[in-house]
Amino acid sequence: MSTANPTDFFVVGDEIHDTKAPAGPIEQKWSTRKFEAKLVNPANRRKLSVIIVGTGLAGGAAAASLGEAGYNVLNFCYQDSPRRAHSIAAQGGINAAKNYRNDNDSVHRLFYDTVKGGDYRARETNVHRLAEVSANIIDQCVAQGVPFAREYGGLLDNRSFGGVQVQRTFYARGQTGQQLLIGAYQALERQVAAGTVAMYNRHEMLEVIVADGRARGIVTRNMVTGAIESWFADAVVLATGGYGNVFFLSTNAMGCNVTANWRAHRKGAYFGNPCYTQIHPTCIPVHGESQSKLTLMSESLRNDGRIWVPKRAEDCDKDPRQISEEDRDYYLERIYPAFGNLVPRDIASRQAKNMCDEGRGVGPKVGDARRGVYLDFSEAINRLGRDAVASRYGNLFDMYAQITGENPYETPMRIYPAVHYTMGGLWVDYDLMSSITGLYVTGQANFSDHGANRLGASALMQGLADGYFVLPNTINDYLAGAPFDKIDETHPAAVEAMRVVQERIDRLLAVDGDRTVDSFHKELGHIMWEYCGMERTEQGSHPRHRCHPQAARGVLEPRQGQRHERGLQSDPGAGRTSRRLHGAW
Amino acid sequence: MVTYQVQDVSPDMSFLEMLDLLNEDLTLKNEEPIAFDHDCREGICGMCGVVINGAAHGRSSSPVPTTTCQLHMRSFSDGATIDVEPWRAGAFPVIKDLVVDRTAFDRIIQAGGFISANTGAAPDAHAAPVSKIMADRAFDAATCIGCGACVAACPNGSAMLFTSAKITHLAMLPQGQPERFSRVKSMVAQHDAEGFGGCTNIGECSAVCPKEIPLDVISQLNRDLVASLFKRDGK
Ligand SMILES: Cc1cc2nc3c(=O)[nH]c(=O)nc-3n(C[C@H](O)[C@H](O)[C@H](O)COP(=O)(O)OP(=O)(O)OC[C@H]3O[C@@H](n4cnc5c(N)ncnc54)[C@H](O)[C@@H]3O)c2cc1C
Ligand code: SF4
Ligand code: FES
Repeated sequence: MSTANPTDFFVVGDEIHDTKAPAGPIEQKWSTRKFEAKLVNPANRRKLSVIIVGTGLAGGAAAASLGEAGYNVLNFCYQDSPRRAHSIAAQGGINAAKNYRNDNDSVHRLFYDTVKGGDYRARETNVHRLAEVSANIIDQCVAQGVPFAREYGGLLDNRSFGGVQVQRTFYARGQTGQQLLIGAYQALERQVAAGTVAMYNRHEMLEVIVADGRARGIVTRNMVTGAIESWFADAVVLATGGYGNVFFLSTNAMGCNVTANWRAHRKGAYFGNPCYTQIHPTCIPVHGESQSKLTLMSESLRNDGRIWVPKRAEDCDKDPRQISEEDRDYYLERIYPAFGNLVPRDIASRQAKNMCDEGRGVGPKVGDARRGVYLDFSEAINRLGRDAVASRYGNLFDMYAQITGENPYETPMRIYPAVHYTMGGLWVDYDLMSSITGLYVTGQANFSDHGANRLGASALMQGLADGYFVLPNTINDYLAGAPFDKIDETHPAAVEAMRVVQERIDRLLAVDGDRTVDSFHKELGHIMWEYCGMERTEQGSHPRHRCHPQAARGVLEPRQGQRHERGLQSDPGAGRTSRRLHGAW
Repeated sequence: MVTYQVQDVSPDMSFLEMLDLLNEDLTLKNEEPIAFDHDCREGICGMCGVVINGAAHGRSSSPVPTTTCQLHMRSFSDGATIDVEPWRAGAFPVIKDLVVDRTAFDRIIQAGGFISANTGAAPDAHAAPVSKIMADRAFDAATCIGCGACVAACPNGSAMLFTSAKITHLAMLPQGQPERFSRVKSMVAQHDAEGFGGCTNIGECSAVCPKEIPLDVISQLNRDLVASLFKRDGK
């Protein structure tokens, strides 16, 4: 065991406070701020430019809205189209305080539930504003043609979600994220056609350019040609999503690799609450060493499915249908009789891990343990009939069958918790500006709205609130002071940023190593999951305790190889060297 | 065409995990890995897509409609030789290996695949009720993920299924009416300008579509296109 001090690994910085939220009661802060924020007159907006990195709900909505307002927007994403940002994968729904159900919902109740759900660690002023604009989001999306679920009378349907007592969640079958994102994407493409937004897809941001104390640009790599380029604007917005992929396996997309936030952090932007990770209890378990990502299944499955493991470890490799009732341990029902299978997410996750740690997990052995528990619908099928179960969960059962090759109507499903959402992110003030002047952070990339735990259906709400309604009303306060001094690639800050990026790439390419990038990412992800995952001890999370020091440095560039160091069209050798990295850089 | 051997493939692996395995192996052998597009790996972002044994997204190997990332190796027999090709279509130039340029789809959307509603200008969401039947029809069309399989499968390289899905989504909703007829004209014009072929009702597109977009969206587009000759909506 190492004897290093924790403070060897970090410095305690100056205290930081939000100075932008105005004084006065929380209900009036947003209207006061909107009134007090400086404005930019429409004729001047044309002369100002904003870089937005990210085209998810947070970035796409902001790019469209700032374009409509008349600013020049440069919008970047690493996918081949802005429509593919990982917001697309959200299934469940989006909250809004519409009170269409007449069930006593209100802005205050949505605010209260979100803050309480976050264990009182969210920034309350920001959450109140979120609740205030939530109703406008639904209006905006409907106007764009987002096909939310409707009732026979033609009005919008709602469901309850995330363990709250009101029905305030709007949804679009199991694809709410996709439909919301397509709405934002279409608004964005409309602005591309109007010439206010210039879209740069297959561009990966690798550095922020901070000149004379202000964020003024970014450095990107063109993933097709490999070109490293610098871009300049009056303000920079990061809407680059979360960092679940530091655990290697998660429900996030393969490319969600936090490079953008990490680079901003290394440039001096503070990072808040990096330790807050949400682990989702109902994911499809790992099938083997070659697993590349995990798939979430809606938690609603726990309403009718019963969770169990065999009482005896020797039964774990038996066909579950051959295990008699008395040999099954319905452990959640046993330990928490009042809640049963509907215990909160974190408890359901932790107990599943405990059962597997005891050697009672089921499914294939991955490494030295079986990591899965049964989620059994046989009782529900007997009680309600197969058709009723199919009408509630049919699409989830189909998805499960497609991935696992097993029929959940006949054998119990296997589930295991997986990393799902990261609540932490770059620190921002009430205006969503980070600790770097002129660098804004929106959506999942910032730390502000979910505290220690995100309530279901509130991330989509935050992304669109930030993108449509918050940023467009706060960034003008800063841009009112622009245009700032002219800047181009000859500015020393730009030259330095380009040099640093190039040097980092050259250093990686020069390593004639014997391991692949993915092998590092997997190993590091495994360390994170084992020691900073569901259970953390002081010793386990101590950086020197488990991390291979060389490997620990490797996490700075997760999945670089996947992104083609020199671009797809570069000389044939480049891809090869890019994927051969050695442990000792 | 290059032939690779892939060892230790498990039936539970997804098709892309099999490619990952091959790429890891190629990298260790100092050979160049194969470039392919992917991101969500759960069948929703539309980024993945290759032709497998002659069928877009490997439709001929899968009992159910699927994206490439949701196809699993249990669909193939042990020791099988699998042909993998990129989408082939004039309007989707190959960038490298299995990666193609599908930005033509974005430009078709730019041509009118939206409802002009500036942020902040929206009326209350309940101002315009939508009958469930229309809402459902709009939804079915809106599930298109923009993967391009329909184009790859079409002998004419037509993107009519993709274009019609958007037309139908927006035409079924009251919010989509004001621009309905100018939308169909400009989107079809852009479709043709991108070099996609014409539709001759072969139906290969819908057969491979991972989201089962039905062929009747194309009839909807044709009806709206004819109507647009007589109706003007101000653009
Ligand atoms: C499976 C799943 C289900 C979910 N279900 C729900 C739900 O039901 N309800 C809910 O409220 N929330 C849900 N969430 C959470 C929610 O979807 C996300 O938190 C939210 O969509 C994030 O939006 P975003 O715009 O902040 O980021 P993203 O949508 O992740 O967008 C990030 C953008 O940044 C770009 N980017 C990132 N890094 C770079 C870089 N270095 N260079 C260039 N571009 C870059 C990407 O290209 C992308 O465009 C779910 C999440 C997952 C994974
Ligand atoms: S219509 Fe189907 S096949 Fe064509 S792009 Fe859309 S989802 Fe893909
Ligand atoms: S990778 Fe997203 S649909 Fe296949």
